Amino acid sequence: MTATGQACIVGIGETAYCRKPGSGLSQMALQLKAALAAIADAGLKASQIDGIMPFPNLGKAEALAANLGCADLRFAATINMGGAAPVASLRMAAMAVTSGAADYVLVPGGWNGYSGERVRETSAGDDDSIPGAQIARDYYMPYGYTAPPQWYALMARRHMHEFGTTAEQLGAVALAMRGHAQLNPAAMMCGKPMTMADYLASPMISDPYRLLDCCLETDGAAAFVVTSAERARDLAQRPVKVLGAAAGQPYPADEITNRREFHRIGLTSAAAEAFRQAGVTPGDADFAEIYDCFTFEVIQQIEEAGFCARGEGGAFVENGGISLGGRLPVNTHGGLLSHAHSLGLGHVVEAVRQLRGVAGARQVKDAEIGVVTGWGDFGDGSIAILGR
Amino acid sequence: MKDPFIGCKRPLPLMKGLAKEFYDWCRQGELRFQRCKQCGSFRHVPREICADCSSFDWEWVRSSGAGTVYTWTVVERALHPAFLQAVPYAPVVVEMAEGVRLVSRIIDCPPEDLRIGMPVRVEFEAVSEDISLPCFRRT
Ligand SMILES: [Zn+2]
Repeated sequence: MTATGQACIVGIGETAYCRKPGSGLSQMALQLKAALAAIADAGLKASQIDGIMPFPNLGKAEALAANLGCADLRFAATINMGGAAPVASLRMAAMAVTSGAADYVLVPGGWNGYSGERVRETSAGDDDSIPGAQIARDYYMPYGYTAPPQWYALMARRHMHEFGTTAEQLGAVALAMRGHAQLNPAAMMCGKPMTMADYLASPMISDPYRLLDCCLETDGAAAFVVTSAERARDLAQRPVKVLGAAAGQPYPADEITNRREFHRIGLTSAAAEAFRQAGVTPGDADFAEIYDCFTFEVIQQIEEAGFCARGEGGAFVENGGISLGGRLPVNTHGGLLSHAHSLGLGHVVEAVRQLRGVAGARQVKDAEIGVVTGWGDFGDGSIAILGR
Repeated sequence: MKDPFIGCKRPLPLMKGLAKEFYDWCRQGELRFQRCKQCGSFRHVPREICADCSSFDWEWVRSSGAGTVYTWTVVERALHPAFLQAVPYAPVVVEMAEGVRLVSRIIDCPPEDLRIGMPVRVEFEAVSEDISLPCFRRT
């Protein structure tokens, strides 16, 4: 990336999230709603957006631009990293606005993840769904190894074997997210607290993942706008600076099982790079919004981002370690597990709210540096270090 | 134990390219992996060239058939329509003596008895006229 702090997030927007009976809007309409909210939040007009980075397979830049009246679209790209795409897009948007390739880049994403086609049943079904789709078809699916909770369960099981990570430690992640959701009226699980007994009693989906280890499926959309620090000065909000940002892939990225270093993921190299750019260490972070498709992925990313050593993530998340007031508050909005499945865009939106100091009852006091991560496909990773 | 996949119309590999070569050996009752002729390293899944030395020269070398359980999951809620009647079943990663790993299943081991490190040996199950899949049995 380019010089630290030269790109900023200047606008954020979200729709409401829902399950039954569904949003009643098309996938495109949902994303346009969130995009317009983010653009208005920045104090911009839609026609000023000249860069768009759509989420993989959820919309085309051309269609978004046509709807929004972006008559001068100069930059359009999609990063094919699944749930790691929004933060990887943030990084590329930062590169675009600091290089002059674009002035204002919109990163939208949204879907009818509850009322539409269920992602859990479609993920490895067709050739283009994920980078390893053909490998999954030829070598995984004949054995019923077909969907994300199953892919990642194998990683979790191995981690439990090597490091003694426990079911209760996975549960501690779910409980922390649920606890934060009680402080966020916009969270789907606000008003529905959870105990460890509830967690342990929830039905097994793909051992060691129980139902309450799995993210929600919801309808909704979110978006953010990135511009240069110079342009940000004239806009409506206090800008949130991109201090460092990076993306990475496990090796090989298209096949899960033959990794010589089995626990190394995309975030492992990306986090080192991003912290180096930002000139800070993981210990300097006041909070982290970590892509929580499943509970173990939070533990793994905490380790691989360097918040603790590999194998120590289970202990890190116990005893309120990742709750507000703990050593590293994680997913202060409730995350994918208890807020909504906003494809990881909600994590960026929440990080910006925290750094603006407008997170209400869940505000991290005096938050100055926040980390946001993405996770996608077979372990692709992205990370941004944000500062106020 | 009862085979959870009996009567289950499993999705099958597309018999094309290197996948077809791999499964054609399986149909003959042989588990073979690609081995680089230049540096000797085994690889799976099949790839065009050697990631260690970039060589295009490779051969299908018969595996000893012996491996150990590297990790597994027990699927209790099917997430693909073909497996609705099959639950619970357990996709397993087997680490072969050659060093490569593959996704498979252990046909004589109930999910609750699975252990990491458990020694297993390859067998083959004919799932169609043209296709046999490698599976494993405890040793
Ligand atoms: Zn070689």
